[in-house]
Order: sequence, then C-alpha cells, then structure tokens
Amino acid sequence: MIIKVLGPGCTNCKNLERVTREAVDALGLTATIEKVEDYPTIVGYGVMSTPALVLDETVVLSGRVPRPAELRELLSGHASALPS
Amino acid sequence: MTIVERMPTSTRRHWLTLSGAAAVWVAAYWVNGWLWDRFLYDRLGMNPTDRLTETLHFFLYDTIKIGLMLVGIIFIVTVLRSYMSIERTRALLGGKREGLGNVMAAGFGVITPFCSCSAVPAFIGFVAAGVPIGVTLSFLIASPLVNEIAVGLLFTMFGWQIAAIYIAAGLTVAIVAGWVLGRLGVQRWVEPFVFETKLGGQIIDSTTGLTFDQRIQMGIEEVATILRKIWPYLLVGIGLGAAIHGWAPADFFTRYAGPGNAFGVVVAVVIGIPLYSNAAGVMPLVQALHDKGLPMGTMLAFMMSVVALSLPEMILLRRVLKPQLLAAFVAVVGTGIVAVGYLFNLILA
Repeated sequence: MIIKVLGPGCTNCKNLERVTREAVDALGLTATIEKVEDYPTIVGYGVMSTPALVLDETVVLSGRVPRPAELRELLSGHASALPS
Repeated sequence: MTIVERMPTSTRRHWLTLSGAAAVWVAAYWVNGWLWDRFLYDRLGMNPTDRLTETLHFFLYDTIKIGLMLVGIIFIVTVLRSYMSIERTRALLGGKREGLGNVMAAGFGVITPFCSCSAVPAFIGFVAAGVPIGVTLSFLIASPLVNEIAVGLLFTMFGWQIAAIYIAAGLTVAIVAGWVLGRLGVQRWVEPFVFETKLGGQIIDSTTGLTFDQRIQMGIEEVATILRKIWPYLLVGIGLGAAIHGWAPADFFTRYAGPGNAFGVVVAVVIGIPLYSNAAGVMPLVQALHDKGLPMGTMLAFMMSVVALSLPEMILLRRVLKPQLLAAFVAVVGTGIVAVGYLFNLILA
C-alpha cells in the first residue's frame, strides 16, 4: 500500500503523519508512507482542506485528523479490498 | 415511547453528557461571578479600591471568564461549522460574478470551517473552479476577520450591539475590499502556478458523512488545540489588561488617542499589523484600554487589524500573491479598517 499524507507542514499535518505511522505499525501492514508538502501536487489530488490522506492514489479523508480507531478502520478496510 | 426512549443508547448517553457539560459550564460561570469578591475582599480582607487588589481581581476573574467563554464559543461554533465545508463553498461560488459573488463569499468566509494552512490550496481550488480573484479574496478576508472568538468575547464584554456592529463592519470590509481588488484587474499579480495547476482527482467533501459523535469530537479537539496554542498570549493579554486596569490613570487614552486625535485610528491599525496574536489574547487588553478612555471605533479597528492583517498570514499569502498584490491587499483592507474605525468613533461618540 502506498500511503501519502498531504499537508504543507502545519501541526495537524504532522499529527496525521504520526498517527498514520502508528496505525500502520499497530496493524502490521506493509506500506510506504510519504509526506507531500508541494502545493501543486496536493491540489492535483483535488484536496483543498489539509491535512489529507491518500491510500494508493485514492483520497480517503481531508480536513481533519481522525481518531486512531477510525484510522485503523480506514487502513484495514482499504487493505482488505486490495486484490491479493 | 418518548423521543428520548426512542434514541439509541449511545446517542442518549451523548446528549446526557452534553447536557451535563453545559450545566457544569453554567455553574462555573456563575460561581466565577462572585467567588473572587468573596475570596479577595472577605476572606483575605483586601481593600477593593487598592491598586494591587484591583489588578489581582481583574486577572483572576477575567482568566476564568474568558477561558469559559472560549471553551463555549469554540465548541459550539466548530460543531455548527462542521455542517459546512470549503468544497461546498467552492461549488456554490464557482462562476458567480463579482458583486453578488463578493457578498456570498464574505458570508461563506464566516461560516465555513477554514484553517489558514489551507489558504493556498483553497485559493488555487477556487480559481480553478472559476471563482473570480476578487471574490476569492473576499472569502479569505472575511474568514479570519469575522473571527468567532473575537465576536464572542466582544459580546461578553460590550454587549450584543457591539458584537453585531463588528460582524457587519467585518463583512462590509471583506466585501468592499475584495470587490475593489477584483476591479484592479489583479490577475497579472497572482503567481502563475495558481492558474496552471489543475485541480485533479475527485473532490471529496471533507465534512460529509460525519456522525454527530464525530462532530462533537471535532468540537472538543478544536477547543483543546486552540487553547493549547493561545494560552500564553491569553495570560499576557490578561496580565497587561490587569496592569492597565490597576495602574493607568482613568483618562489616559482620552488624552492621547481620544476621538479628537485624527491619527489615533491609523496608529492603532498600524500597530495591529505586526502583532501576531489570536483575537483572544488581544481582547482582555482591549477591555482595559477601553475602560481607560480608548474610543470604541479605534478599538474595533485595532482588533480587526490584529486578526485580518497578521504577518504569518501575509507570509502564507505571499505564496500565491505577488508582492504588488500583497501590498494592494494590505493597503485596501487596511484602509477599510481605518474607515470603520473613524466611522464608529463618530457614531458612537
């Protein structure tokens, strides 16, 4: 899974990156986590409210930092939907 | 079955918790009203007219009162705002002409949840949707200017009329300034990449499908985030306000910056620009200043300048606006704010 955290570097964006890493570790997923801070790229995803979370090129949430439980649900839901 | 019995247990529990929290809030607010009089004057036997006592009383009473007000306002406004989103604003503003567009944009600026870190993507997104630059600017001006914290605190300290005046004046400045900047034909002063960036992918609405619980959660988190960010400014503001309250002579400002002084408003606005402070930090200071004779119009102008023309925001906007447009922005908005100041000094004198 390729995970991208979109955000220009404000506190919320850093928080999202941190909780995403924690969730990935907790779930034991194989995933790369990339922080995207470049505005044109962020807007290229159709995102206007940062921070945003992109899983395998699909934007799954934007504008807030979800609670750990919700984040784990999002990640595992996406992981199980992937073709194996 | 009553409505309450028909609610699922978790929703019922949440409403009970909310009502409980509201009751605690009201109780705390009421206790704060008389606690410090009893404690300082009766218990510790301090003299109410003593400078030190006055300062201490102001500090204790105001810290709790403002703290409670902030918690209440931020929570309620955040939950209400979660029903609106910037994506929906963009859809509603897309293709609207100037004039009406400026009015709508200013209104949306007030009710849409908007973090200033999203200013750049939002700007690009609006432009890509066909929102005129001037209309986009009306949105970007109104959002920090009609700050719910400022409005709530103004309401607490000076009553609903002053709060309503602030909102009306703020909206007017946003509408007019945005319109004027739009008329200046500022396309050439926007960084090119704004027009070149394609808003790709699927626009996902950041707030659809949020459950009520999630909205409450957002409210709580926003309160914690904001308080954590501003408490030092708040204490400094209250401390300065307390010192002024206790020590400055009662007519200090009437002598130097009163309604008669032509430059008072301009000076106030200029001082406000480099002051990086949340509205909450400035408010207690503002109340003390007003008590010492600073005219209301000058004060409103100062507050607007602090929240709307902040250095960090300018730095952020520099990413999308070339220096000429940024300068025009500061000039037009600044002039609008100064006009507001003079107008209300006249009306309210």
